[in-house]
Amino acid sequence: MKLKGAEIVWECLTREGVEVVFGYPGGANMPIYDAMLNYPIHHVLVRHEQGGAHMADGYARVSGKVGVAMGTSGPGATNLVTGIATAMMDSVPVVFITGQVSAHLIGGDAFQEVDVTGITLPITKHNYLVTRAEDIAGVLREAFYIARSGRPGPVLVDICKNAQIDACEFVYPEEPKLPGYQPVTRSPRVLLDEAVALIEKAHKPVILCGHGVIMSKAEEALMQFAVKTQIPVTSTLLGLGAFPASHSLSLGMMGMHGEAYANNAIQNSDLILAFGMRFDDRVTGTLKTYAPKAKKIHIEIDPSEVHKNVFVDVPLVGDVKTVVSDLIPLVDEYDHDEWLEEINGWKNEVDSRSIMNWNEDGKLYVAHLIADIWKATGGGAIVTTDVGQHQMWTAQYYQLEKPNRWITSGGAGTMGFGLPSAIGAWFAAKDQEIWAVAGDGGFQMTAAELTTAVQEGANVKIAIMNNNFLGMVRQWQEFFFEKRYSAVNMLTPDFVKLADAHGVPARRVTKREEVNDAIEWARKTPGPVVLEFKVEQEDAVYPMVPTGAALHEMIRRPVKQAG
Amino acid sequence: MNYTFIALVENKPGVLNRVASLFRRRNFNIESLAVGRTENPSVSRMTIVVDCPNGEMDAHRIEANLYKLVNVIDVQDVTHQPNVTRDLALIKVKVAPEKRAEVNGLTEIFRARIVDVAPDSVIVEITGTEDKIEGMIELLRPIGIVEMVRTGQVSMTRGVNVGVRRMPGMNGERLEKVAELVAAP
Repeated sequence: MKLKGAEIVWECLTREGVEVVFGYPGGANMPIYDAMLNYPIHHVLVRHEQGGAHMADGYARVSGKVGVAMGTSGPGATNLVTGIATAMMDSVPVVFITGQVSAHLIGGDAFQEVDVTGITLPITKHNYLVTRAEDIAGVLREAFYIARSGRPGPVLVDICKNAQIDACEFVYPEEPKLPGYQPVTRSPRVLLDEAVALIEKAHKPVILCGHGVIMSKAEEALMQFAVKTQIPVTSTLLGLGAFPASHSLSLGMMGMHGEAYANNAIQNSDLILAFGMRFDDRVTGTLKTYAPKAKKIHIEIDPSEVHKNVFVDVPLVGDVKTVVSDLIPLVDEYDHDEWLEEINGWKNEVDSRSIMNWNEDGKLYVAHLIADIWKATGGGAIVTTDVGQHQMWTAQYYQLEKPNRWITSGGAGTMGFGLPSAIGAWFAAKDQEIWAVAGDGGFQMTAAELTTAVQEGANVKIAIMNNNFLGMVRQWQEFFFEKRYSAVNMLTPDFVKLADAHGVPARRVTKREEVNDAIEWARKTPGPVVLEFKVEQEDAVYPMVPTGAALHEMIRRPVKQAG
Repeated sequence: MNYTFIALVENKPGVLNRVASLFRRRNFNIESLAVGRTENPSVSRMTIVVDCPNGEMDAHRIEANLYKLVNVIDVQDVTHQPNVTRDLALIKVKVAPEKRAEVNGLTEIFRARIVDVAPDSVIVEITGTEDKIEGMIELLRPIGIVEMVRTGQVSMTRGVNVGVRRMPGMNGERLEKVAELVAAP
């Protein structure tokens, strides 16, 4: 069967089971957009390529499939860059397809020519420049395979215009030909035995659950393992949801804004079991004093993560689900009652400082609002966020029971991620309730995608936590720069009018008593809805581990004086 | 300390850039990098010498990160393995005809060769380990080096060795061997 390169692109996407593509057409990918009309794959016209990248990212995280985003050459491709880096840092499988000028023009600084494979080299798992139609099928086969296998990640395929136009015989390869790419999935028995020996000896063990647990669908294995060994579980920001927050062994989130008792547990533990996480600086604090008494077992699919930040005693390289499943029959049942008791002591102490126990003072606090949304949605919504204070409060107070419903930019910390990723999530789970929580700063970065949501009828509820500040930067300036506020005071547009201009129903909430009604109204109103909450301007996220401090040296929320 | 890695890579455009980029991205300093074809036209071979201030930990990171590149087929850290290492230099020395004998003598001692003679200069070709070449350079310098080029170090382990893909924590055990040790389900 002879097909044009552009048709081959869609043939390949069809064979990979792609349902939806987020993209933007332009000069160098017009043949692809022309061929698209003959294929049943749904295309979402985004308003900015960054939005498209985040949509594909959100879609991939919720569906567990590979997301696809497209852009044209030059600025179309460079606009994708932030989204590519975001997917890379959080190991999200996305295939990016960009148009490129014709092969004979490459290197000549042609119109809209940019060295896209050069630019994206360090922020993709792998990338390709395709100059001939004959290569498209093989490359796309490899791209999807690389994106979803091993440690998942973004793969970019840059296709020259001549390759899109030329025709050739179409054969979709059965197997990708990748002699140098063989992800390790199982750990050797000798190392498993070493790990078991450490687990047997431990009195104060703790499991650190990362994004890898969710990516490898290991939540059931984790539950079995934790219950059998009675080891408490704390999560990284991206690991939230892998272990139910309501479980007695759950310690919630660790790290810079993690639960104090989770951080205390890590610092006092004698054995750390890291499952699919990478000891990011945001979860370790200073490495000099990190978990000083603990032996460390690291289950990780990417060998380059082993010993990267923290030296570990037993590295178990492999797929988390496979390795944990291999471990379960090897471990005995233990009880760590004393240890759990000790942790509970810290837990109860924290409760007295919790903002949840504050008396009503008429103001709106983001933490309370998140708890309200949590209550209203029964804790079952898919929640996406932007980056900053509201993100941390959502992580702390939207208590998750299930994986693949907490969509946030962890590693890259990309502002503007919330709204587009929610739209992407909607395409993966149209029957579910979806909330995008954003700050006033981040929302304005990708607010143009509101129109995309309207055009697609995306049923997403957008909660803007407006404090007229870039809140997290303000908090750092308060804590570490003597409250010298620099470029954080932000004028915001009238978000209700802005939404109205887009044809989106919206409400502004300024009083406590309006909150529940507004949330219910948003839930009942079909399609996209904006709620703007005018929140307390100078609240801070607690606890906080300052940069360079030890994990247990947290700034704690002051106990609120009565009255 | 300098570590030496041998990488077998797919012979495709851009692969050298990927490898070089990796060292920049992870903040390592390449001392020397030599690339060439192998007996298999689809495979190129690189010998990379890298400064590893943190010794084995850095070497592990480099090895693991090289593996991560899709186009890298195999990596060997040959630093501590018996190996043959060579570097080739062409050194152009400005020398008047009456002093050529001195250069000739030195070349013989170092088992180097004079590969070109011009009225007032000669080109010396020397192959050997880095030490040997440095030694020759030191002796030629007072005579007058005009130009010099070096290929960079190439290395090959002794005996039959088809590549060592190590597993972290396995004390340098080869992956093939590790695979045999993998727990049965």
